[in-house]
Amino acid sequence: MSTSSVSKGCFVFKPSAKKKKTLSLEDHFIHGCEGADESKTRFKLCQDLWDQIKTDTELLQDELNTKILDSLLDFTRKCSSTRQHSDWASHMRASEIPTAALVLGVNVPDHDMTFQSLSELLRQSVTPHVASVQAKECGALKHLIKRVLERLMGTDVTVDDDEEEETEQTSAPLHKSVHCSLSTLCDWYTRNTKKSYSLTPGKKRSSPVKDNLQQPPIVIIFKDLEAFNARVLQDFILICSRYIERLPLMFIFGIATSPSTIQHMLPHSVSSLLCIELFQSLSCTQHLATVIDKLILTTHFPFKLNGKVMQVLISIFLYHDFSVRNFIKGVQLALLEHFHSQPLSVLCCRKKEALLNVMQLGHRDLERIRQLPSFKRYVEKQEPQEQEHLLTDDTHLKEVCRRLIKDLRKYHKHYYPTLRCLHTLTSSLPRYPLGKQIRELHLICLEKNVWENEEYQSAMKLLKMLAKDELISLLKKCAEILQHSKNMKSALLQLEAMLAKFKQLDTVVAEPPPPAEESITSPVKNLQKKTDLFQLQKALLEMNESRRSKKLSPFEVLRNETLQFVDSLVQSHLSPPESQTLYEVCYYSSSATVRRHLNAAPRTSIQAALNSPFYYLQNDRLKSEDGSVSNAAPDICIVYKLHLECGRLINLFDWLEAFATVVSAAEGNDPDSDSFGKVDDVKHARFIRAVSELEFLGFIKSTKQKTDHVARITWGGC
Amino acid sequence: MSVLEVKFIGDGDALEHIVDKQEGVPSSSGAVQKMVSFKRPAGRRPKEDAQHDGDENVFLDEQHYIEALGTENAEEDDEGMHRVAGSSIFSFQKSRRGHSMALTASELARTPGKSVSFGSAPDIEPSTPTRKGRNNKGESRTPQKSKKVQFVSTTPHRLRKRITTPSVQDSDSELSPSDSGEDDDEDGLEEEKKVKKEDKENLKTPKKGSSAALYKTPAKKSKSEALNQPSMVEEYFEAHGNSKVLTSDRTLERLHTPKLDREMLGQLLGEKPSCCAKEIQQLYSKHRKHFSKWMLQLQLGFSVIVYGLGSKKSLLEDFRVSHLAQEIHLVVNGFFPSITLKSILNALTCEALEHEGSFRTPSDQIHFIAQTLKDSPDLHLYLIIHNIDGSMLRGEKTQSALGQLASLPNLHLVASLDHINAPLVWDQFKQSQFNWLWWECVSFQHYTEETSYENSLLVQQTGALALSSLTHVLRSLTPNARGIFKLLVNFQLENKDNPSYTGLSFQDFYQRCRESFLVNSDLTLRTQLTEFRDHKLIRTRKGADGVEYLIVAVDPGTLMDFLENEEGD
Repeated sequence: MSTSSVSKGCFVFKPSAKKKKTLSLEDHFIHGCEGADESKTRFKLCQDLWDQIKTDTELLQDELNTKILDSLLDFTRKCSSTRQHSDWASHMRASEIPTAALVLGVNVPDHDMTFQSLSELLRQSVTPHVASVQAKECGALKHLIKRVLERLMGTDVTVDDDEEEETEQTSAPLHKSVHCSLSTLCDWYTRNTKKSYSLTPGKKRSSPVKDNLQQPPIVIIFKDLEAFNARVLQDFILICSRYIERLPLMFIFGIATSPSTIQHMLPHSVSSLLCIELFQSLSCTQHLATVIDKLILTTHFPFKLNGKVMQVLISIFLYHDFSVRNFIKGVQLALLEHFHSQPLSVLCCRKKEALLNVMQLGHRDLERIRQLPSFKRYVEKQEPQEQEHLLTDDTHLKEVCRRLIKDLRKYHKHYYPTLRCLHTLTSSLPRYPLGKQIRELHLICLEKNVWENEEYQSAMKLLKMLAKDELISLLKKCAEILQHSKNMKSALLQLEAMLAKFKQLDTVVAEPPPPAEESITSPVKNLQKKTDLFQLQKALLEMNESRRSKKLSPFEVLRNETLQFVDSLVQSHLSPPESQTLYEVCYYSSSATVRRHLNAAPRTSIQAALNSPFYYLQNDRLKSEDGSVSNAAPDICIVYKLHLECGRLINLFDWLEAFATVVSAAEGNDPDSDSFGKVDDVKHARFIRAVSELEFLGFIKSTKQKTDHVARITWGGC
Repeated sequence: MSVLEVKFIGDGDALEHIVDKQEGVPSSSGAVQKMVSFKRPAGRRPKEDAQHDGDENVFLDEQHYIEALGTENAEEDDEGMHRVAGSSIFSFQKSRRGHSMALTASELARTPGKSVSFGSAPDIEPSTPTRKGRNNKGESRTPQKSKKVQFVSTTPHRLRKRITTPSVQDSDSELSPSDSGEDDDEDGLEEEKKVKKEDKENLKTPKKGSSAALYKTPAKKSKSEALNQPSMVEEYFEAHGNSKVLTSDRTLERLHTPKLDREMLGQLLGEKPSCCAKEIQQLYSKHRKHFSKWMLQLQLGFSVIVYGLGSKKSLLEDFRVSHLAQEIHLVVNGFFPSITLKSILNALTCEALEHEGSFRTPSDQIHFIAQTLKDSPDLHLYLIIHNIDGSMLRGEKTQSALGQLASLPNLHLVASLDHINAPLVWDQFKQSQFNWLWWECVSFQHYTEETSYENSLLVQQTGALALSSLTHVLRSLTPNARGIFKLLVNFQLENKDNPSYTGLSFQDFYQRCRESFLVNSDLTLRTQLTEFRDHKLIRTRKGADGVEYLIVAVDPGTLMDFLENEEGD
């Protein structure tokens, strides 16, 4: 059956019955990936890792949301309980509709997850009556009410029985007969609550949630408030306020921009009917920071991203969507690509498995290891005899690989705590020489030796000027971080020893007041009038200079010692991963692939192909030494190139003539002959085809401004 | 999408931002370094133009880089495509005069390929490839300047004569009268300017950039000499300020065969083998290799979208046949002119899911599909959409419906995309619903099927279809009804030269029909008209005065043919 027709645009294909032999995910993975031997193991590893990442991020998401969701839940509970009181104030309150304005930020793609967990939580712990509506399904008041009724009454039915098909069908005619209004909802609600209350009074008592809620509130979630038609919303609120006596209604507004949108959308007369409380969700950058913290800056996952890939993913996040979900999607893509394209990724797993997998490597894989640039570097550093051994003896190589993999793991175990320590030390420095966020520091470290970095030097200088209490509190934090890792015991001991020394200093120094103190404090006092941080820094630097000649105080000596210790830690543990042998096993490095798949620029691609077809079609005839197009290029390229020379309108005849000239030259006609540049039928036809293709791509459109002209709808290019 | 932001910032900061974004962190690896270093001047060039001698170096760098790219394997090559800086795509439009297209044509005709060899024509030799190249790469060469420079230094006299003479002859007779004077003037000045230009060249004055402005009128010289930036702005407004666009008045009537019909076109194009067929085939087989990866990604919840120049229909078709033969799948031709969301959804529910019964709204239908797929997690549906940006699918509602479908875990979507502005259809939310993975599949294949539905202005609409439908419908009618219709046709043909003709008013029509004894009451006429309308033979339109006007929605040529046929019978 063909898929082209002049009368139909949709074609359904069903496989002949029961002959189905569908390939699994695994088969697709194995097919066409490199190094087929271990592809099964690789697929399994990839799958497991992804599952783990997925569950972890979901957990994380829930954790992050709990706080705000908890406060929201409290709010709903409180609202429903105030209704039961009978004093005057709460009575006044009761005439307003309790509303939670939930400010979620601009990362719209992530909102869905939040709302989903919110409505689930609400259903579990507060009320079964939750309806969420989106702006696009509620163009008019009628639709909005209909949706709300459907969701409330529909979900209530489907909660306790599982024949969903049936309820679908029964509810549809029900709505037809039922008048679409809130009074219907009222009746339904009273019927429902009475029924459930009278049916199982004993059970009710036992469940603690519903005990105090004989009247569970009805929660309506407006997912995207900004997109709603203001008119519709106003009317809906007005109607609802009439029923507030009978229906315990409650609204939740999902807001992407700022709370003031409510004021913009609703006039005072309407907003006064609402009792609005504001809830601010976690900002998306914080969210990303936690995700990076839990997902990337951990030894938990053997799979790593190199600096460039990280950079691409973070730029997409910062410049395009602020969506954590998309960030994780990028990680997933990188994971998939890594296991798909790198045969040695069998070793990218937990330590035990990795060591086991090393022993099972075949000769071909060992050859691959020998080809790795990082391994070559390693070999070059060895003794000549050892070198030969490594290159010829497979079993020996396996042994070495085991050791190298252990080393790589050790490197990671040292890297992350050290990174965190350095971050705690530098993140509060003025002007943030090494970045505010730990991801920035991580990127710097991934790229090259951080201690050679200018910013690092200046950060160290600033650290050398820290006051004692500040330094001690930072060092304490570092010690806490180091406590969490087993491999940094010695560093921790050293650090603690230093902290103890600082404490000793307190008791010793207190007695003899240093005579130099006067001269030191005076410039500081002078400075106090100026609030400029630069000036302060300058002055401090000068002071430092002048002090150098003086004898250092014991505190300063100790401070320098401590910072030297930190520096040595950094130098020994924060070298970039590229310096490690076998890093290719764990690090995914093709940033171009990730960018091309996630952040493509279709227009650039099309125009590049039109401008220089040689990039795609490696034919020497298409080669031209500069930006121009050879006349042997495909017709559409020539037509495109010619059209760039025109203004807003293009004369088709001129265009055709120019095209014919170029094409005849390509055909090798003699430029002097009469037929040169003449338009014949074939050329005319080719021209028509090329022009209609350009029209299809959206470069030109037909116009009636002038006969036989088309309009250009792109800019310049000339 | 991302490139759209480029043009309006025009600052050092903005530049760094772009470089950052496109290249990631500049690393120590050589290639990327080079890329970065050439990016900067490329972006800055619009301001500084050709004054920099330092640019020469950079240009060389760029050249090396590109050459290196050319020889490297495809993987790296793809990365090189990002070298097409935004400014080359989104530069300002300049005002253009005269015959630049003809010039370019002749220039292109001279560029290598199969054409005239350079060695045998020594008089063409002193060309300026570097400058030309730089200007091209410089993304916003000021056209007049570079063009004329080439004009002077490279074009052999013979060729120049051929280009200029007809234009001088033509200009009076062929340009729109309102503009011809100016243009004529310019033609006359041309020689003089060339001399000036040459002088400038010889003197090597630093103010090369302003020479473009020198062209127009001497009065403007002082203004534009001050800075380059304002002159660019001036040029922009000059190009867009006046509503008159200067183009010649020549029409396609001059050709021996002014219009080709669809059939003829197909025949003519079929004869000639397409150029670079081998390379195109290579590209195609390169894309084919990714099929199993597509399947993998589809099953992991991504949607695959292919983009790039050239029709991708055969590629997707190939994918469908080779990998989806065992699955339930649905193919949608987005370029089909009467495709609707409803037809897609109906195909899904009625044919794929075998549901009988109808739905009241599309959202109900989507809800049903979602529910069905949720209930049977083993059921996988594949949806292939050729041209998801097709003109009928562009609407916000359609796209959000498709997005909802794509977000279902066991409905897998493969789509292709062609329009240059297509990504604007999706906002962030929809994009995340679709969960696209982009694949660049430049195929260079002709959009034969995609464009075959279009009513291209170049192709003669034969009206054969309309004619045959007219005759068929008319045959089934009573003689009276035929008479009524013919009356309307005749009236319309009488008025075909009247541009303000809006149609025949109903009252008038009724009067005429009565006079020819075709109807006896206006009710009869109305029933007849309803029948015509149902067969789409006529259209009615309410005039400004509230009166109904009737038109036959067929072009006059076809109507003539129709009348002839009728008389012949």
